[in-house]
Amino acid sequence: MFHIYCPHCAEYREEEEFHASGQAHIARPLDPEACSDKEWGEYLYFRKNPRGIHHELWVHAAGCRKFFNITRDTQTYEIKEVYKIGEQPSVVAQSGNSK
Amino acid sequence: MSDLTVAVPEEKVASTKAVVMNQVAGPEVRAESPLYHADLDSLAKQGPRKGGVRLRENKLLGHLTLRCNPNNADQLAAVERVLGMALPLQPLTSVEKGDVSIRWMSPDEWLIIVPGLKAFDVETRFRDEMDGHYSLVNGSGGSTVLELSGDNVVDMLKKSTPIDLHPSEFPVGKVVSTVFAKSTAVIRRTGEKQFELVIRRSFSDYLWLWIQDASREFGLVVDA
Amino acid sequence: MTQKNRLQSGGRIDRSKPLTFTYNGKKFNGFLGDTLASAMLANGIDIVGRSFKYSRPRGIVAAGAEEPNAVLQLGATEATQVPNVRATQQELFNGLVSSSTNGWPSVETDLMGTIGKMGGSMMPPGFYYKTFMYPKSLWDTYESMIRKAAGLGRSPLESDPDTYDKINQHCDVLVVGGGPAGLSAALTAARSGARVIFADEQNEFGGSLLSSKETLNGAPASEWVNAVVEELRGYDNVMLLPRSTVNGYHDHNFLTIHERCTDHIADIAPAGQARQRLHRVRAKWVVLATGAHERPLVFANNDVPGCMVANAVSTYINRYGVAPGNELVLMTTNDSGYQAALDWHDAGRKVVAIVDTRQNPKGDRVEASRQRGLNLITGSAVIEVQGSKRVSGVSVAPISADGNKVTGSVSKLSADTVASSGGWSPVIHLSCHTGSRPVWNDDVVGFLPGPTVQKQLTAGAINGSYSTSTALFEGLNAGLKAVAEVGLSASEVMLPKAEEVNEGAPMTLFHIPHLKPTSQAPKQFVDYQTDVTAAGIEVACREGYESIEHVKRYTAMGFGTDQGKLGNINGMAVAAKALNKTIPETGTTIFRPNYTPVSFGAIAGRDCGALFDPERYSAMHKWHVARGAKFEDVGQWKRPWYFPKPGESMKEALNRECLATRESVGILDASTLGKIDIQGKDAREFLGRVYTNAWAKLAVGKCRYGLMCGEDGMVFDDGVTSCLGENHFLMTTTTGGAARVLEWLELYHQTEWPEMEVYFNTVTDHWSTLTISGPNSRKLLAELTDCDLSNENFAFMDWKQTTVAGVPARVFRISFTGECSYEINVQANYGMHVWEKLFEHGEKFNLTPYGTETMHILRAEKGFIIAGQDTDGSVHPFDLGMGWCVAQKKPFSYIGKRGMAREDCVREDRKQLVGLKTTDPKVVLPEGAQGVLDPKAPIPMPMVGHITSSYWSANLDRSIAMGFVKGGLNKMGEKVFYPLADGTVVEAEICSPIFLDPKGERQNV
Repeated sequence: MFHIYCPHCAEYREEEEFHASGQAHIARPLDPEACSDKEWGEYLYFRKNPRGIHHELWVHAAGCRKFFNITRDTQTYEIKEVYKIGEQPSVVAQSGNSK
Repeated sequence: MSDLTVAVPEEKVASTKAVVMNQVAGPEVRAESPLYHADLDSLAKQGPRKGGVRLRENKLLGHLTLRCNPNNADQLAAVERVLGMALPLQPLTSVEKGDVSIRWMSPDEWLIIVPGLKAFDVETRFRDEMDGHYSLVNGSGGSTVLELSGDNVVDMLKKSTPIDLHPSEFPVGKVVSTVFAKSTAVIRRTGEKQFELVIRRSFSDYLWLWIQDASREFGLVVDA
Repeated sequence: MTQKNRLQSGGRIDRSKPLTFTYNGKKFNGFLGDTLASAMLANGIDIVGRSFKYSRPRGIVAAGAEEPNAVLQLGATEATQVPNVRATQQELFNGLVSSSTNGWPSVETDLMGTIGKMGGSMMPPGFYYKTFMYPKSLWDTYESMIRKAAGLGRSPLESDPDTYDKINQHCDVLVVGGGPAGLSAALTAARSGARVIFADEQNEFGGSLLSSKETLNGAPASEWVNAVVEELRGYDNVMLLPRSTVNGYHDHNFLTIHERCTDHIADIAPAGQARQRLHRVRAKWVVLATGAHERPLVFANNDVPGCMVANAVSTYINRYGVAPGNELVLMTTNDSGYQAALDWHDAGRKVVAIVDTRQNPKGDRVEASRQRGLNLITGSAVIEVQGSKRVSGVSVAPISADGNKVTGSVSKLSADTVASSGGWSPVIHLSCHTGSRPVWNDDVVGFLPGPTVQKQLTAGAINGSYSTSTALFEGLNAGLKAVAEVGLSASEVMLPKAEEVNEGAPMTLFHIPHLKPTSQAPKQFVDYQTDVTAAGIEVACREGYESIEHVKRYTAMGFGTDQGKLGNINGMAVAAKALNKTIPETGTTIFRPNYTPVSFGAIAGRDCGALFDPERYSAMHKWHVARGAKFEDVGQWKRPWYFPKPGESMKEALNRECLATRESVGILDASTLGKIDIQGKDAREFLGRVYTNAWAKLAVGKCRYGLMCGEDGMVFDDGVTSCLGENHFLMTTTTGGAARVLEWLELYHQTEWPEMEVYFNTVTDHWSTLTISGPNSRKLLAELTDCDLSNENFAFMDWKQTTVAGVPARVFRISFTGECSYEINVQANYGMHVWEKLFEHGEKFNLTPYGTETMHILRAEKGFIIAGQDTDGSVHPFDLGMGWCVAQKKPFSYIGKRGMAREDCVREDRKQLVGLKTTDPKVVLPEGAQGVLDPKAPIPMPMVGHITSSYWSANLDRSIAMGFVKGGLNKMGEKVFYPLADGTVVEAEICSPIFLDPKGERQNV
């Protein structure tokens, strides 16, 4: 069970207070109508499944109800950092090391 | 009856235009708090008077959820004018003055609890005093307040929530929204051995059962 | 009964407190402080079970968690049966009832034993796979036979009378293990003021110090232990958890501790007390001081009762005052094993011989043995044991210096007990739980904890540091490190002075050679509990299994409830030798949670019975119960399903409810619908983005139905949203979708459109929703309100603020039945009052309460969908024939629009929702039935879609159904056939799903 630092509540909470909401930084295309079916399909369905550093969207569902991002190592389950929506991660996968 | 009460003149809060309604019926109407059917009053009269955990339902209070911008000085000032105290801006803190209390719920959300008959007045005054983008929602029927205290109150709570309740981590005044048994609760410490739980109406029977069960080894005293 | 193996004095038992217990129906005596195992040994009980595969008699081998054989069934009554209890860890209490778990018909005379003996060479590894798999049809027969014969206990057939508890804990430092390393770590952490949890699986702290005669500061070690425990007990910041096994080490320093609160007191916990408690601990730092388990050696017939690990012999003598035999032969590869012979001798029993595999052992204990005049046979090994139900003698022979073969003649010695020591295996289980791979260490001759990302420290024997002085020192260091890491300053701790024992080098030897090759020698057991032998592992290797992980799975080594604590390293050594590799080359051994079995009761805790899952109630729930409602689970809500009158069948009740609603007035408790208050100047625009239809022009006082889709264009929720004020809306969602929809709105607001000025708040629980529906609903409501209810003033899809039965209310004239209908919303504290008032006035209108089933029927008569029943995440609004609810001109590309336009979504032959009328109006199609166009087509027939909703309609006096048919919207009037499981085929005609009042006149009256 993860121990997650909520950047809004400013303390660690147990995983059962949170919901995972998939990969982070999946921006909705600004003009969906201009997307080809392929592009729209990629936005909808295609997600990374890296061994190692991964950026995830979580929500503090039973707490402040705010969404935020987590950078997590999918191998060791270490949470490297948490950061708010709109911010960029400081810990990123080495190039070529993301698969 | 008027069809619609828009409590504030249109021109003043063009940005809000929300409906405020006095939802409290007259005294001739029986109001049933979420734990009405548990008949806590009888338990308080007939039940045990000694035990490690004490419970009281502070019922039929006014529960108002305020959402606004903590960086908007005008809005913060308006809150002070209406409630006579400043919004707690530090995460997980609460303030209390007289019969009004405010709990930080989220960076842009606070739970204000006032006496039940004051809710409409407070709502109306907010609409009078506060400009800009915010929301104020009356949730009085949807939740209730439990006051839990006693020598074993922490032991009982530890069975129920994963929150660390050690005084170094959870001082008086701290408030958290968290998991409670298989439901949720807003937990606030009101004394060394005293806590306040705000729980949802539909889960209240379950939580009442839970609290009785989790308190069994310490003894549960119901206060009226 | 006499306790023939009980020593006259000594041990930590309380001889003034005799206890009686039962084993396999016979009564025995023991003392307070005994474990069940020590009491059994004191009474000379040799056989505690029959082995899993060969049904060989087995005795107690060890004295702790690693015990593979003495796994017993406990319980005085059916309801208190507990399987899989290690007798070595069960404290004795008065009246304890135990039995062996796997002897059939009894452990003393076991039918399967004969089969096992006969089948010996016929039962290689994989025997069951190979033998019983064919013919497959007989597997059920084989399985029940095998399970009856083998098995390790049974679950109770009655419900457990005890309560169990779960509790959440937080600490700075969790110290696991109460031996010398753990004690010094806990003391150091505690003195610094850190919040410490100190857990040990035994009934008292002290670990290895409890079972030896060693001294600290020149006094018995227990004096120091007592002083430390007393000091710890005095600290508010320390929680002592004896009888508590740290069973799992999970992510981010989350650990589970299984505390047995009353298992040592009685068969049932004293009133008001939890029998066991599962502690869920979040620790900032963890100190693992879990010690080591001694490894037995692998030699022929090493499973005959009387064969034990050497340290267990010492433990039984020193801690329990029990010498489990009279004539001991000790075989050892190292110095520590000698302690068993010394203790045996000092207890006044006969040491027949110490057989040391080393040619020239040196060391303090070797010397002490010589001084006592014990018979030391060096460079030799016990190559075989004689005896069947108890050791009667041993064969000893010289072996080569590398330990690989017998080099001289065999001599026989008489003995009833064989202790063996092959060295120690650090208890690294917990460190493995989070994925850390252990590392082999040649000096320790064992695996040590590997690198980890957890905030974990180790101290003592888990590091291969076996001397007491080193363990104490490492514990101190771990304590200092932990408190420094949590930001506390260390306090001074003076370690006691331990005896220094000089030890000679151990020999690396696991598998004792025999005169015959392993495959022909008598069985040499590696894993007792799963009956894996050295020969079996060799067979696995010969058959091509090279990785230890595969060997384990093929042979079942380590798959017992003991997880192979004694046998895994020996098994790896045998495999390594067979594969001509080193142990680390064959792989490593990973342990998984839990360290020892945890009862289901402890895992369930209080989450059982009425507390298994929350039941959510509306404010009128008590009324429904009193009225005899049958309930349906909708999410966690208990919703009235229907309200049968006495003697009424479900169908009769539904018919009555349906007719009463359409003919007069019915009432539904709709409080469970999700309700979300939405405020802000961008609220309207936001609605336009999350619903498929238009919201720009919805006036204050008006309501509108909306469909919500995902980005893929598929419907996921629906409901009516009302405009309360210019910037204020009340959204309703499905009962099950309430939380999901709110999170969905927040997701888009917080991550995609944070610039929009809008706030969402749940008010689901705040409002009670009382829906009256039917031609007389207006008349009924008029009696309780002075609101002008005329169609002109209060039209369909309007809402009004008014007072109902003296209670301020919002009344929404919306309809899910197609009748004139009012949804009365009052603050939930008044829900019951208004509900009862409606019934006071409703009697003359035959006001009829109805539940979800009638609601489903009435809405199906009107062709209204239920999201989640008629949709399954793969249908878009056009599939539902609800294109009218999809705006084409909204400027913003709302959620679902692009998805609906994908190539696959615009196919004309998609499955589309249509109405279906069975040719025989009396036949109600089963929901889920698959339709075909040609019932005579060969199987598998091409299927064209399934039935989603199907009911008997009393109002129409016929069955009605909705379902998907490929291209169905263009197939009106055509036939679809539904072949059912019973062989019949139901014919149905495709029609509009609106079976009643197609023009919608009734709701507008």
